[in-house]
Amino acid sequence: MTLEHVILEMRSITKEFPGVKALSNVSLTVMAGEIHAICGENGAGKSTLMKVLSGVYPYGSYSGDIIFQGTEMRFKDIRSSEAAGIAIIHQELALIPELSITENIFLGNEPTRWGAIDWVGAKRTAYELLARVGLRDDPDTLIKNIGVGKQQLVEIAKALNKSVKVLILDEPTAALNEADSQHLLDLIRGLKGKGISSIMISHKLNEIEQIADSITIIRDGRAIETLDIAADGVNEDRIIRGMVGRSLESRFPDRTPKIGEVFFEVRDWTVQHPQVSERMVVKGSNLTVRTGEIVGIAGLMGAGRTELAMSIFGRSYGNFISGRIFKDGREIELRNVGEAIEHGLAYVSEDRKALGLNLLDDIKRSIVSAKLSKISAGPVVNDAKEYSIAEEYRKNLRIKTPNVDMGVSKLSGGNQQKVVLAKWMFTDPDILILDEPTRGIDVGAKYEIYGIIQALAAQGKGVILISSELPELLGLADRIYTIFEGAITDCIDGVDADPESLMKSMTSAKKKVRSI
Amino acid sequence: MSSNTAPIDTKKVEGRRSIFGSGKNNLRQFGILFSLIAIIVLFEILTDGLTLSPGNLINLVSQYSYILILAIGMVMVIIAGHIDLSVGSVAAFSGIVVATSMTEWNFPWPLAVLFGLLVGAVIGAWQGFWVAYIGVPAFIVTLAGMLIFRGGNQFFGNANTVPVPEGFTVIGAGYLPEVGPVTGYNNLTLLLGFAIAIAIAVREWRARRVQKTMHSEMTPLWASVLKIGVLDAVVIYATFLFAGGRVGTSFPVSGIILGVLVLFYSFVTRNTILGRHVYAVGGNKLAAELSGVNSRRVNFLVMMNMSILASLAGMIFVARAGASGPQDGLSWELDAIAAVFIGGAAVSGGIGTVIGSIVGGLVMAVLNNGLQLLGVGSDLVQIIKGLVLLVAVGVDVWNKSQGRPSIIGLLTRNRKVSDPPTPPPAVLPDSGTPASARPADRPTN
Repeated sequence: MTLEHVILEMRSITKEFPGVKALSNVSLTVMAGEIHAICGENGAGKSTLMKVLSGVYPYGSYSGDIIFQGTEMRFKDIRSSEAAGIAIIHQELALIPELSITENIFLGNEPTRWGAIDWVGAKRTAYELLARVGLRDDPDTLIKNIGVGKQQLVEIAKALNKSVKVLILDEPTAALNEADSQHLLDLIRGLKGKGISSIMISHKLNEIEQIADSITIIRDGRAIETLDIAADGVNEDRIIRGMVGRSLESRFPDRTPKIGEVFFEVRDWTVQHPQVSERMVVKGSNLTVRTGEIVGIAGLMGAGRTELAMSIFGRSYGNFISGRIFKDGREIELRNVGEAIEHGLAYVSEDRKALGLNLLDDIKRSIVSAKLSKISAGPVVNDAKEYSIAEEYRKNLRIKTPNVDMGVSKLSGGNQQKVVLAKWMFTDPDILILDEPTRGIDVGAKYEIYGIIQALAAQGKGVILISSELPELLGLADRIYTIFEGAITDCIDGVDADPESLMKSMTSAKKKVRSI
Repeated sequence: MSSNTAPIDTKKVEGRRSIFGSGKNNLRQFGILFSLIAIIVLFEILTDGLTLSPGNLINLVSQYSYILILAIGMVMVIIAGHIDLSVGSVAAFSGIVVATSMTEWNFPWPLAVLFGLLVGAVIGAWQGFWVAYIGVPAFIVTLAGMLIFRGGNQFFGNANTVPVPEGFTVIGAGYLPEVGPVTGYNNLTLLLGFAIAIAIAVREWRARRVQKTMHSEMTPLWASVLKIGVLDAVVIYATFLFAGGRVGTSFPVSGIILGVLVLFYSFVTRNTILGRHVYAVGGNKLAAELSGVNSRRVNFLVMMNMSILASLAGMIFVARAGASGPQDGLSWELDAIAAVFIGGAAVSGGIGTVIGSIVGGLVMAVLNNGLQLLGVGSDLVQIIKGLVLLVAVGVDVWNKSQGRPSIIGLLTRNRKVSDPPTPPPAVLPDSGTPASARPADRPTN
């Protein structure tokens, strides 16, 4: 081993958002020419840490020091971190589809000659950069005409053009297939040989095991440990233990489940990606729900959880390919959201603001919005009924607001989520699909929402709970399905489940589904 | 967020609060009403009392009623997140078809009116189809419609003027007839005015009863009395102006049509499922669809409705002018759109009210009329109208970006607070609740 030197050091980084401590006292040390992986559950603080490093959160909005190549850095935006030699490649690619590869590489950084853009020089440089990342496409090709894997490479070429020393990759292989992933990993390893360090956030533990030199595990906004792959003999199980190791006691209200018979069943559910016709986002999935049961769905981001839920809910995602739905022993067809609501389904979206609420509306109008017919005489909405129903939900769910005339945009995340829950409870559903119901919500409100979920199950409703937080699933669910790359990989009873076994099924397609 | 709170928080508690009511949006609307009054007073002074003379007022209503009718449809289109550039051309096309139906095909005029509405519905269905079911942006569809139906008007009428028969002109140039004893005033107009004054008082009284039964915040008695007093004074003053015009004139029939439409569409947008769905689609289309709203149907109906109202406006204009011509309805779409935005609608959709748009349209109308009375040339009138539109919306946008309510809103704020008091008692039950809901693990966090 050569004498390594530290290229980057983040010391005691603490970053707070209103009401939430996203990072607390996190330190990270990256050697020159090292591939450093950062692991943690969704929401652990990985992305926040990288945003601090890349200047998305400017100096002054966090506390702690960033030492880069021996000097303390105070980045005020992405540009200043890029100028220093730190480039970040986001999960959602920041390329413009209608522009060519060359134009994208030089966007915001156009080489000029006599005041005009020097396209000849730019193209020549683009050729060289593409060669370095192993891409043989014509630099005039439009971005929209190349696949996601190649787009990822263009992003890296763009970073190389800025003479990057530390490359941050946020879930670089999440959207890639096997071959493209391998190519990308090889490239990252090649860059390492040229002295470029990479910081890689990834959920795919096998990739990390294969490529990383060291791993920092972050949990609940704290750096738990840093492992040296070669020295510590790290394997996937070891990483998982670090990621999920936290106690679960008393974070959930007590509950004695009263579970009945299977009354809702989805069989052989297959859904095609709305744009990419060869990609199946959900593949032959089966699931059952019993009355009074809370059924968990565990899967990593992009595994197809939301796609599964939304496609069941009146085909509101993707193109329906095949599958049958049975409820109360009869086959039902849900061709649109209206029919799904009619048949007693409710879907609480993971994206409260974009899909769950009209932020221009007030509380009472939001609560009744999914079943206006219930409070209407013919076409006319009964305002008095609306008001009293909204009041009822405000009291029962403890929505903290002076009155129900308040705009939902003024509520906190937890209270907004209660409004969304009220909106769907108002439709009298038998099956509630809750997609990340506690995302972005503080602990107190989470507890209350857990209580609401349990109360709904106690009324004999079936609840399908999708969550990225394993403790949440383990604490609430009676049975947990794991999903990986669109397919259900396992079904584990809540009492038997533990984080390690779940994480294993969430990251590989090995097991066969047991049916109940 | 303003506009849909308007119809909401006010509606059940009392109808009238939607005009003066609570909420940020209503501040904005109240501000515009305030500006309207200021403009009227200004021109009344500048024109030495000509602005509020019976003759001018009657003229104002019959001259701008069709623009205001367009504004009603336009605000719904804009709330849903679209725009309609074709209304002037659609009005012109329907006008010439209706005129031809009477002169060439000898349709009796009531049948011709129904026929005109049908033409509007067919045109609207055509445009709605492209917008809602093919997904072409309304801007493009109606830009095409603007060309198609302008050309259609000239093709159909050979670019000639087609006169309309006497009976038909009632809807555009008619007035409430003289009936009953000679009082020196138009009796029907007086009756209408008094009926409105009484209706205002009754609504307020009923609103107070509703407040009482629902144990919601009570408007103080003096505030109710003041509201009724002020509004009724305005209504009765206007009534005598309209009733006291030149013999043979009184409140225009087109004004009555407008009034009925305003009441009807205010009700539709505020109190019906369809109205809710229009706001929902404009406010957040994805969330609306995930709540079971058929956004295509909403878009289709909104576009169709606009063209029906455009046809009606075209017919009223033709009736007033006595003939349909190739230049009818030129740039009406711009007047209607301006009225809607001055009236507080948001370009991004989801926000706007019928009443607000009517007040916005009246601001433009009074401005236009007052400047004409002053002898200002049409060149300057256009410049001034353009500036007013820009400044009115600009002030509001700028204020919003600063996180403040609009300036006019600030002026009226004190009034707001004292007027419909929003008492805090509702907070109390909440603050005492948490006992059972407290997380058991509080200390650990």
